[in-house]
Amino acid sequence: MSFTQRLRRTLRTPLGIVTMFAVFVLLVVAIIGPIFWQDTADRVDTTAIGRGGSAEHWFGTDALGRDIAARMIVATRLTLELTLGAVVIGGVGGFVLGTLPTVLGPRLARLVTALVNLLIAFPTLLFVLFLAIVFGVGTHGAVLAIGIGIVPTFARLIQNLAASVAGSDYVASARILGVGRFRLIVRHILPNIAEPVALFLFQAGAGILLAFSGLSFLGLGVQPPDYDWGRLLNEQLNRVYTHPESAVGPAVAIVLTGLAFNLVGEVLSQAGGRRGLRTAADRDHRATVPAPSDDPNGTAGDGTGPAPLLEVDRLRITFPGGHVAVRDVSLSVAPGEAVGIVGESGSGKSLTALAVAGLVPYPARVTARSITFDGVDPTAGARLGTSLSMVFQDPMASLNPALTIGRQLSEVAEVHLGHNRTQAMKRAVDRLRAVRIPDPEHRSGMRPSEFSGGMRQRTMIAMGLMGEPRLVIADEPTTALDVTVQAQVLALLRDVRTKSGAAVLMISHDIAVVSQVCERVMVMYAGRVVEELPTGDLVTGTAHPYTRALIGAVPDMTTDRGLPLVTIAGRPPGPGEDTPGCPFAPRCELATDRCHTDEPALERIDAARRVACWHPVITPPEARIETE
Amino acid sequence: MTTTPTSRFADTRPNPWVTFTLRRLGRLTVSLAVLITASFAMIHLVPGDPVRAALGVSASPELVEARKHALGLDRSLPDQFGSFVAGLLQGDLGESIGAGMPVAEIISDRLPSTMQIAAIAFVTTIVVAVPLGMAAGVFTRHGRRRRLELAFVGATSVVAVLPEFLLAVGLAAIFGAQLGWLPVALKDGPESYVLPVLALAIGPVAALSRIVRVETLRVLDEDYMRTARAKRLPTRILYVRHALPNLLTSSLTLGGLMLAGLLTGTVLVENVFAWPGLGMTMVQAIIQKDYPLVQGVVLVYGTLALLINFTVDIVLAIADPNSTIRES
Ligand code: SF4
Repeated sequence: MSFTQRLRRTLRTPLGIVTMFAVFVLLVVAIIGPIFWQDTADRVDTTAIGRGGSAEHWFGTDALGRDIAARMIVATRLTLELTLGAVVIGGVGGFVLGTLPTVLGPRLARLVTALVNLLIAFPTLLFVLFLAIVFGVGTHGAVLAIGIGIVPTFARLIQNLAASVAGSDYVASARILGVGRFRLIVRHILPNIAEPVALFLFQAGAGILLAFSGLSFLGLGVQPPDYDWGRLLNEQLNRVYTHPESAVGPAVAIVLTGLAFNLVGEVLSQAGGRRGLRTAADRDHRATVPAPSDDPNGTAGDGTGPAPLLEVDRLRITFPGGHVAVRDVSLSVAPGEAVGIVGESGSGKSLTALAVAGLVPYPARVTARSITFDGVDPTAGARLGTSLSMVFQDPMASLNPALTIGRQLSEVAEVHLGHNRTQAMKRAVDRLRAVRIPDPEHRSGMRPSEFSGGMRQRTMIAMGLMGEPRLVIADEPTTALDVTVQAQVLALLRDVRTKSGAAVLMISHDIAVVSQVCERVMVMYAGRVVEELPTGDLVTGTAHPYTRALIGAVPDMTTDRGLPLVTIAGRPPGPGEDTPGCPFAPRCELATDRCHTDEPALERIDAARRVACWHPVITPPEARIETE
Repeated sequence: MTTTPTSRFADTRPNPWVTFTLRRLGRLTVSLAVLITASFAMIHLVPGDPVRAALGVSASPELVEARKHALGLDRSLPDQFGSFVAGLLQGDLGESIGAGMPVAEIISDRLPSTMQIAAIAFVTTIVVAVPLGMAAGVFTRHGRRRRLELAFVGATSVVAVLPEFLLAVGLAAIFGAQLGWLPVALKDGPESYVLPVLALAIGPVAALSRIVRVETLRVLDEDYMRTARAKRLPTRILYVRHALPNLLTSSLTLGGLMLAGLLTGTVLVENVFAWPGLGMTMVQAIIQKDYPLVQGVVLVYGTLALLINFTVDIVLAIADPNSTIRES
């Protein structure tokens, strides 16, 4: 859509209509005002001196009995003319100064830039007052002073814009073609910066109008017998006690006109497409009850082993616009068990973890038939205390840069365990030592920026251990780390588990990482669990083609390094790309017609394994090679 | 470690702090030099004869000459500039034509009143705008309370474009004239400070609280806020301890940048409230064409503005070393 089209569309919005109306009224008043009201405005009436507002004189009369309303109307033209004059001076001056660096050689260019920087250091008002004095108090001096007053700011804007355009390919190629500097500005740079420049000039127009009124108000601008709105305000100010309407009238005229200028700027910037309109879909974030889907075959924990610590039944996470990021995922974690969730980015694995902790970011919507952790629903605002803790990926971003490490740890104990500050800090130091941070007393006083990546990640784990967690959710805990540190952190997580007896739910894109900590692995693809199996079966007992491909794609101890890595051709479906049938079908080597039409459900194949595939590769247990 | 060609230079590489401070000091010195030259030149640039203008058309030529001689305006320009700078170094700003008093004396008499309202207005701005913007951010997060957001953004953008002097007139009309709650002129008891300070602070409060709101929205989306939420901290701790420090640097940056503008805003506000400060002195001096006095006030205002910006730069560099030093 071209600028003109967008402008036309913007003008049809309420904002555009108000703006056009305001501009129209201003122009009409400025043109016809002096024609019709000049006489009334100049008529001295000694019988009506200094009157207040009335039906006859809306804003009262001045010290000579002249009607203030009429004078305001007449003053519109001069006020706008002076503003326009200053805008032109400032615009031309700023443009020349701003484009000079592009035209001049590098040395002179630096000089001009330095000059602009120097002038910008002074407050505009002071600069304008100085110029007003130098040019002589009066209308001409004020126009010049204010016009030149905005030159530094405008020149800076043009310089920045021109510099950004000048660096672009088409200007570079024009330069190579030998286009002259002046022509370069007119033909290539100017058209590309016209929009922001026009916007700035209108906003500056508002500023100039107000500045001019300010100068006249101080008695330094328009001098009698001429008058603009500022001058009228100056004359009426001492009557603010007796007849405030006389002073407020011109003030309101100034403000409204200033706003009108800003409105024009706003319309231009909207037409320029700088501010996109929000789509209606974004607004709807209220939860609605999901349509219950068909019951999958329960979770792996059902009937076997102890009562689960965490049980999630048909979790569904949707985004506005209908994208389902997590589709009816059910999982359970037994006390002390370590479960991994593996998948590519976008598979919904991290969202699943966040949903368990009740931390799914806006605007996603979480629904589930039930989520139970330790007997309560963690998403319903139940007080979890410290029984569930989270270790996030990217510990640089996940630790607060403004607080010391010790503080970020100790507050957990203060808030949840009722420790006082000293006790809490002692515990923090203790936990830092437990995750093998050297010299924890000293280091607890540092900020995250002073820590290495590995230390930060260990700090995150220590933070999770400040309470007495029964479940630690670790979301990509080793992604940002190099291999050695990664191994240390994984060892630490295993250690934590054995020492504290907490269950672990570990999320990773790396199946090798997960298999080092977890007993059971769930593989997610396109928001669904496609396979669930014991870690021991990963090498030889995988049933789902996707899992098999993943194993092939990840080099581990058993991979023959001499062979090329198996990569999975294609990519997972993006948001909104929901196709019927198996989501993996477009990338699957075993796909049949049925795979493209019917979606396979997650079916149990034996006591420990479930798979969602029409053609799973079933390896009998005898044929599996036991690892570990 | 082996000796590489570059490691020989590692030791001689200047400390970024030293470079930064020196650069800023250099910039300050150049700006001050320009300011001094400009204010010296001003008296010679004004149209017509400044002394004649100050004494009025009826003054005798002898009186004008005598006055010129007394002010040293009959000497050569370099000579005058030399004694101007020499005088400055001793705190001598010359003599006011109108009042016949040393300019330095008038300024030291008036400056405190200006500094008071500017300082109070600055503190008010920070103290009001930061919580206000933060609350607005928290309440309108995720597109909630769309109407509140519209009202906040609308109101602050209208108020932010209002110039101080119009706000001052409006405040005087409402609280002084209509309601009669507060005095509208002259410096008196504590209540006489209210309107000038409000007139100075309202615009910056609006502008700053808008920025704080946007910053709040940014900070609330950071990963470390998710960590804090995962720790299930009480809301108060979440916002005050975890969010606030992270939006303070950028808020104070902009607050600091507004400070110099706030200082010069006193020129207009003082004239509305007949506040006996530097701004009123300046305008009166301009109208009375008392150029030595104008010169002195311009110098003081300009120097203060430059010093404020310099200090803000340095303070910010200490608060947020990485970004500031990298940028320079
Ligand atoms: S259902 Fe079909 S397409 Fe999907 S994974 Fe199994 S074989 Fe492949």
